[in-house]
Amino acid sequence: MIPARFDYDVAESVEHAIELLAAGGGDTKLLAGGQSLIPALKLRIARPAKLADLGRLDDLAYVKDGGTHIAVGAMTRHATVAKDALLAEHCAIVSHTAAQIGDPQVRHRGTIGGTLSHGDPASDMPAVVLALGGELVARGKGGERVIPATEFFTGVFETALAPDEVLVEVRVPKLAASTGWAYVKANRRAQDWATVGVAVLVHRDNGTVAGASIGLVNMGGTPLRARAAEDALAGGASVGDAAAAVTDGAEPPSDLAASSEYRAHLAQVVARRALEQAMAD
Amino acid sequence: MSATEERTAYVGAPVKRREDEPLLTGRATYVDNMAPVGTVSMAVVRSPYAHARVTSIDLEAARGADGVVAAFSAADLQGDWKAAMPCAWPVTEDMKNPPHYPLTDVACYQGDGVAVVIAESRGEAQDAAELVEIDWEPLDAIVDVSKALDEGSPLAHPELGTNECYVWRLDTDATGEALEDADVVVTCRYYQPRLIPNAMEPRAVVAVPGATGDLTLYSTTQIPHILRLLAAATLGLNESKVRVVAPDVGGGFGSKCDVYAEELLALALAVRLGRPVKWVEERTEGYLSTIHGRDFVTEYTLAARKDGTITHCRAKVTAAMGAYLQLVTPGIPLLGAWIYSGPYAIPNYSVEFTGVFTNTTPTDAYRGAGRPEATYVIERTMNALADELGMDRLEVRRKNFITEFPFTMASGLTIDSGDYHASLDKLLELLDLDALRADQAKRRENGEVKQIGVGFSTYNEMCGLAPSRILGAIRYAAGGWEQATVRFLATGTVQVVTGTSPHGQGHETAWAQIAAERLGLEVDEVEVLHGDTAVSHFGLDSYGSRSLPVGGVAVWHAGDKVIEKARQLAAHELEVSADDLEYANGSFAVKGSPDKERTLKALAFSAWAAHDLPEGMEPGLEGTATYDPPNFSWPGGAHAAVVEVDTETGDARLVRYVAVDDVGAVVNPIIVDGQVHGGITQGISTALYEEGVYDEDGNLLSANLLSYLVPSAAELPSYELDRTESKSPTNPLGVKGVGETGTIAAAPAVLGAVLDAVSHLGVKDIQMPATPERVWRAIQEAKA
Amino acid sequence: MRSVALTVNGTRHELELEPRELLVYVLRDRLRLTGTNVGCDTSSCGACTVLVDGAAVKSCTVLGVQAEGEEITTIEGLARDGELHPVQQAFHDRHALQCGFCTPGMVMATVSLIEHGEATGEEAIRIGLEGNLCRCTGYHNIVAAVQDAASAMGRAS
Repeated sequence: MIPARFDYDVAESVEHAIELLAAGGGDTKLLAGGQSLIPALKLRIARPAKLADLGRLDDLAYVKDGGTHIAVGAMTRHATVAKDALLAEHCAIVSHTAAQIGDPQVRHRGTIGGTLSHGDPASDMPAVVLALGGELVARGKGGERVIPATEFFTGVFETALAPDEVLVEVRVPKLAASTGWAYVKANRRAQDWATVGVAVLVHRDNGTVAGASIGLVNMGGTPLRARAAEDALAGGASVGDAAAAVTDGAEPPSDLAASSEYRAHLAQVVARRALEQAMAD
Repeated sequence: MSATEERTAYVGAPVKRREDEPLLTGRATYVDNMAPVGTVSMAVVRSPYAHARVTSIDLEAARGADGVVAAFSAADLQGDWKAAMPCAWPVTEDMKNPPHYPLTDVACYQGDGVAVVIAESRGEAQDAAELVEIDWEPLDAIVDVSKALDEGSPLAHPELGTNECYVWRLDTDATGEALEDADVVVTCRYYQPRLIPNAMEPRAVVAVPGATGDLTLYSTTQIPHILRLLAAATLGLNESKVRVVAPDVGGGFGSKCDVYAEELLALALAVRLGRPVKWVEERTEGYLSTIHGRDFVTEYTLAARKDGTITHCRAKVTAAMGAYLQLVTPGIPLLGAWIYSGPYAIPNYSVEFTGVFTNTTPTDAYRGAGRPEATYVIERTMNALADELGMDRLEVRRKNFITEFPFTMASGLTIDSGDYHASLDKLLELLDLDALRADQAKRRENGEVKQIGVGFSTYNEMCGLAPSRILGAIRYAAGGWEQATVRFLATGTVQVVTGTSPHGQGHETAWAQIAAERLGLEVDEVEVLHGDTAVSHFGLDSYGSRSLPVGGVAVWHAGDKVIEKARQLAAHELEVSADDLEYANGSFAVKGSPDKERTLKALAFSAWAAHDLPEGMEPGLEGTATYDPPNFSWPGGAHAAVVEVDTETGDARLVRYVAVDDVGAVVNPIIVDGQVHGGITQGISTALYEEGVYDEDGNLLSANLLSYLVPSAAELPSYELDRTESKSPTNPLGVKGVGETGTIAAAPAVLGAVLDAVSHLGVKDIQMPATPERVWRAIQEAKA
Repeated sequence: MRSVALTVNGTRHELELEPRELLVYVLRDRLRLTGTNVGCDTSSCGACTVLVDGAAVKSCTVLGVQAEGEEITTIEGLARDGELHPVQQAFHDRHALQCGFCTPGMVMATVSLIEHGEATGEEAIRIGLEGNLCRCTGYHNIVAAVQDAASAMGRAS
């Protein structure tokens, strides 16, 4: 419950955070909302030499209209995202999902940038941003770069962020009024991580379903796009058949919440429901 | 005429709890809130292995770390123990009880302590504990209770040559004749999952050395008096030198009804270091170091005639003791041993318990202790029997209900009172079963994804531990009495001193109600003192739903003694014979001359002033009663659960829970309802959520609250409660125990509802907890 | 060590903290505000819930150094002039506590829920308290108390 000792610095700016990361040589971790990192510190699973606290970077807490996309500052808390009017209007799957993360206390502290940078395949938001084809803006010594979500999640708790890069913004597309969406999560207790979660965007062309984007939570080492299911649907497959294909390429883990086999089944059921819900949207 | 008949202002009244305000405003006195000057923190170094020998241990790095005061290995402290850790219930003469000390060099479960580090702060103690260097020789571990007796299984304690701890039988049908005569015999096998009690307050200890060789132990304990005795015995101290204080205690459910290694370590180290020693359990640590419950495999048989009359019940239980015998570990199955016939009149009875050692955290009393395990197998098998007979499940129950009381069961004990039909009748009034069945039929007909099911549990239980005579006969080391003192102060207010030790049950309020009722006082004129052996000198503490039917009744009897002494004084002052006085509502009046009276308050002052007492009467108005009930306490009732099952995902959610309990007379209905709410929640949770899981090497996989699913409000509905009332004839209040009824009744009702929801798909059994995966698999297997 | 200034229940404190000190231990051990309890080490139970700038957070999952400049309210800061806060009063009236250990966190989570306008009916309350575990009450009376308190505070819908 008491973390191992570490040093602590407040990042006064993103540039300062980048300097702190660079100076730490891999032993410095960024602290955003801390809702994943501090539990790991308490159990002494994580033992960084230093934390660089982004908590004072108020200029990273925003939701802005970026024209074709909505830009969400990395330090925007889940509770803020959940209630944001701009997101509710243009990309409601993000605000809806933010309201499903953890519990109210976690949502009051945790940030969208934190949950995405943490790279936990069981977290809700990464799969949603992935399904949305979102982009992540990282800033490092060499300046800013935009990383497509499809390239961001590289492994279990691993992302494409360089050791001295800071995630500063998340961009999600403004969805057309014709786009249906759903995020459906199966878990045992409300506060638990998703046993399985499925994010769906249904794209319509003149009122008919032209295709779908599907993101999967906790179905492998990273959040996944269910490409086979997406292709099946684009090829005219039924919702049921498409949903059955969500497990193609997935490597559902086995844990106390579910065996791999059951998790695969659950993903198919949840995917079908999410597709049906999105199509009804 | 007794006072109960004349005045019912407080007993039975919904008096709001006086305990609440400090708890609501952050002024509680939990052990972790204490920090005596000079306190040092203790951290325990624990085995990461289920079974391993320490081949070398090096404490030097730890001793040299910042803030460290001392560090000790098992060998360093072995001389401090004058006896092994206590087990108070050697259930058979030849029971095996391998000695267990607070620290060991052969770890027999994951979490067994092997060293301690003492530092100036908690953080420094934890830092240094990581620096203890240990070489381990891992040994084979036995984990699965159902394999413990298999030939060739690893041995939890190789020196014993077996994993068998004991075999205990209660058999009235050795010949099995009734079984042969029966028309129908149903045998089912069940597993009761291992449960982790999860009192919200983690355990904590502060041991404070005194100036004269005395020691004060502040502990999150349910049993300050028993702890005083056994800590003294283990450490070789005079019991008179040990004071144990249980301040505000944040829940127990049996898990704080034990003598724990950390309590003994803190005491020993406080003596060695001459400083207060504090230890606070981390939740994840506590999952290893605090007792678990259940982990029973049971084969249960009911035999019946065609008309549904049950002739025989038989239980064969294999019960996991865990690695060692804690305070009453071997006795847990016995707490249910006499009620494997439930609320049914079954003439032939046989029970056999085999206790086995496994390399797991020791088991001990967890809410219900032995009785949920019994009720679960009875009620599940009653359903199976009804199905086999082609009879309605409730009809089979009604046909076999005990209807005349007192009733001596085939197991030999006598149920004092009850009315099982009345509880079931009332339950059905509340439930609207017809509407539920219609809804169920419609969903089935439409092939809906979400199906509903209804499950029932008609139960009784024995609780309220006493009578001492019987406890002695079944080899329990202590008695079952309880003590109370009622003491008038000079100004007419009253102190009640109780030997019970509440940890959420509201004794301060309820005992004040009892005393106020008996003495004709306002409830606010009564203070209740407890939980400190320097204040409450004798008691046997709180567990097993004993506090009210033993300790609460003791308060009443102490009041009787006060009244009897006051009667003599009143007679003296009024110059009449004591027989000419009538007592009611705190006042004595002369028969026929009601204007000639003396109040207890006035008499209390007279007794204190002692200016004019009858010849030979001692000053003061105080009475102490030590009450040993003539019988156990026998609550019962009928519960129903309604569950909705998603047949595609297997997810089962409780949508309604209706409980009608008969706990005798009720002292405070608010508190009783609260006990029932909490009790049934733990039973529901057993059926749907909670499961302590080890891997085959003995690593606890359900390692903390992330993976061991204690439900939140979001997983549960509100409950519908009612009561019937069969007063206990064995005590003047007519009360029975209530703390465990809900937990005892709920699990079979909920599991029954899950099964009922999917029975049309061919599902007949699902192991608890009915996780989505288990339900889904059961449906798949039934389809196949 | 790091200098940190924070305001707790209206009183400003300047403290020298080790970075690893969790806010809950700053409150309990440094300020001796022991009303906030520690019930687990996995941020699961919510017993340590306090308000930071009016929003419920788990004080075991915040570093003391992160609280620089924050306004913190603990269970000790709720009752005013000897009057219980409506949530405390409702918990008492409804017997929504037994052992009391989860209670400070449950009460603070409830205050936040009601103040944020989220205690709108039984289902919303049950979901809204998903981060707080109680082992005694089965939540039945807690949910009733929260409904009462929301009504008393004019925030039930």
